[in-house]
Amino acid sequence: MRKILVGVKRVVDYNVRVRVKPDGSGVITDGVKMSVNPFDEIALEEALRIRERGEASEVVAVSIGPDDAQQQLRTALAMGADRAILVKTDQVIEPLTAAQALLAIVRKENADLVIVGKQAIDDDAAQTAPMLAALWDRPQATFCSKVEIKGGTATIVREVDAGLETIEIDLPAVISADLRLNEPRYVKLPDIMKAKKKPLDVIELSSLGISAEPGLKPVLTEPPKPRSKGIMVKDVAELVDALKKKGLV
Amino acid sequence: MSKILVIAEHDGQKLNQATARCVSCARQVPGAEITIAVLAADPAAVASQAAALAGVAKVITVAAPHNAHPLAAVLAPQIVELARDYTHVFGASTAFGKDLMPRVAALLGVPQISDAMSVEGAYKFKRPTYAGNALVTLEAPADRKLVATVRTASFEAAGGGGSAAISAVTVSAAVPSHTRFVSVSAASSDRPDLASAPKVVSGGRALASKENFELIFKLAEVMGAAVGASRAAVDAGYAPNELQVGQTGKIIAPELYVAIGISGAIQHLTGIKDAKTIVAINKDGEAPIFEVADLGLVGDLFQIVPELQKSLAK
Ligand SMILES: Cc1cc2nc3c(=O)[nH]c(=O)nc-3n(C[C@H](O)[C@H](O)[C@H](O)COP(=O)(O)OP(=O)(O)OC[C@H]3O[C@@H](n4cnc5c(N)ncnc54)[C@H](O)[C@@H]3O)c2cc1C
Repeated sequence: MRKILVGVKRVVDYNVRVRVKPDGSGVITDGVKMSVNPFDEIALEEALRIRERGEASEVVAVSIGPDDAQQQLRTALAMGADRAILVKTDQVIEPLTAAQALLAIVRKENADLVIVGKQAIDDDAAQTAPMLAALWDRPQATFCSKVEIKGGTATIVREVDAGLETIEIDLPAVISADLRLNEPRYVKLPDIMKAKKKPLDVIELSSLGISAEPGLKPVLTEPPKPRSKGIMVKDVAELVDALKKKGLV
Repeated sequence: MSKILVIAEHDGQKLNQATARCVSCARQVPGAEITIAVLAADPAAVASQAAALAGVAKVITVAAPHNAHPLAAVLAPQIVELARDYTHVFGASTAFGKDLMPRVAALLGVPQISDAMSVEGAYKFKRPTYAGNALVTLEAPADRKLVATVRTASFEAAGGGGSAAISAVTVSAAVPSHTRFVSVSAASSDRPDLASAPKVVSGGRALASKENFELIFKLAEVMGAAVGASRAAVDAGYAPNELQVGQTGKIIAPELYVAIGISGAIQHLTGIKDAKTIVAINKDGEAPIFEVADLGLVGDLFQIVPELQKSLAK
């Protein structure tokens, strides 16, 4: 039976207003709330539903990150993942490195399907799914809003700029989850207790023979220029006047 | 010299404006010599549009039945072969480019710079992270190919008037059959395109139903504007997914953006921060959208929008 691997990234929570370090070396993460990347929660939810439909037997959550990413993996276990693997590294890694690490786990675990979020809300890179699919030499279905598995193929609806695209892919494959794929379940207290007993393996990134060294050098991190403060108008007539003055209507 | 290969985005007949924006980014790279690659079933029409873009030196075409639909798994190995003679490979940061370019980068064994928003050097680009709240300048090694997607909202479309030579090339890369195109919902072409329209009117959760969302469509019509929506409005089914504006929807830079019944969450704001003029209509004077609005009007949209529509229709 099918085994599904799900990528779970530890990121700054989406409600946090991120601030840049004064020395331009990055953003402030000390004392900031960290969470599972929201798109990865959707990816995990989809994997769980596939398993619950009897189309897979096991869901393995994988994170590549620091020791603290165990917290996010525990959340994934509480949501319903069967096992978790932390590929440990203290360095900030690039998507290409993440893809290499996931591929190593895919091979080790003999996974049939990998589901990840379409992007992580920290670097917003949206690269891991296509990169993993490329290295694995398997199909990719990015930005998915619907997944239907029948035997060895999956029919996928993707959110593209024109609207919705349907493609068919052979498994094994890599899928990336968009916002409207599903609504992730809430974790209940008993599930959190149960999750503590589920297996969570930790392996070093270096033990996979993968270098964490980034290929791109971050030179500077800076805040965006603020927009200048606008004015309030009191009614529609004033609004239309102001727009006319700007030549916009 | 920077030999830049720009991957054309198109629907088989028309070159997408995102490619012209990509060319503008490429032109800013020091020592740029720009080639556009058109992969299609029948590339002729798209190739001639690409050849007319200002600043393009060459257009190469790859004609093959399997290039009829934009499947990343099919296109990527061909682009890797084409990329041999180039130092940079660029694609637009659209759904097409986001799907395709990382696959190309991984096959080339190089990292990718996503959403390049400004050119700081031949191998140095600035890009947004954290929904645009932190801008990072990244430097790539000059001895490897640089793959990047271009944040289209940051660059004007390249003009016309060019007359680049068009040449057909053949590639020998094997293409997989494990990924098959089935269908795509037809984009409604009777309305201005959200990604490139100079004016956009967007509605949020406050519209409260699909029927009410018609108010937004009607106002947009009298203004000659494209329609956008917040995630909340799309999730609730008031507007289709291709209208979503924001971190995970479309990033746009119109002359005028009108946000109606949208609170202004950072995930939404990152999609509009390059708009020249932002108008906000919201009944809550404390809504964060007013922090970025050039013109704000506090009040009930169900009164204001019909009134505005009437006044503009005159
Ligand atoms: C991972 C992730 C990605 C996301 N990506 C996006 C994205 O790409 N785009 C996006 O938009 N959001 C995105 N979001 C969602 C975002 O956080 C907000 O939830 C969303 O933008 C809210 O939409 P809204 O402003 O329409 O709704 P609300 O926040 O509910 O705001 C409704 C507004 O309408 C006003 N209002 C109500 N009634 C009236 C009335 N009668 N007249 C006038 N005003 C009225 C209210 O005062 C309120 O300000 C994302 C969230 C996450 C977690």
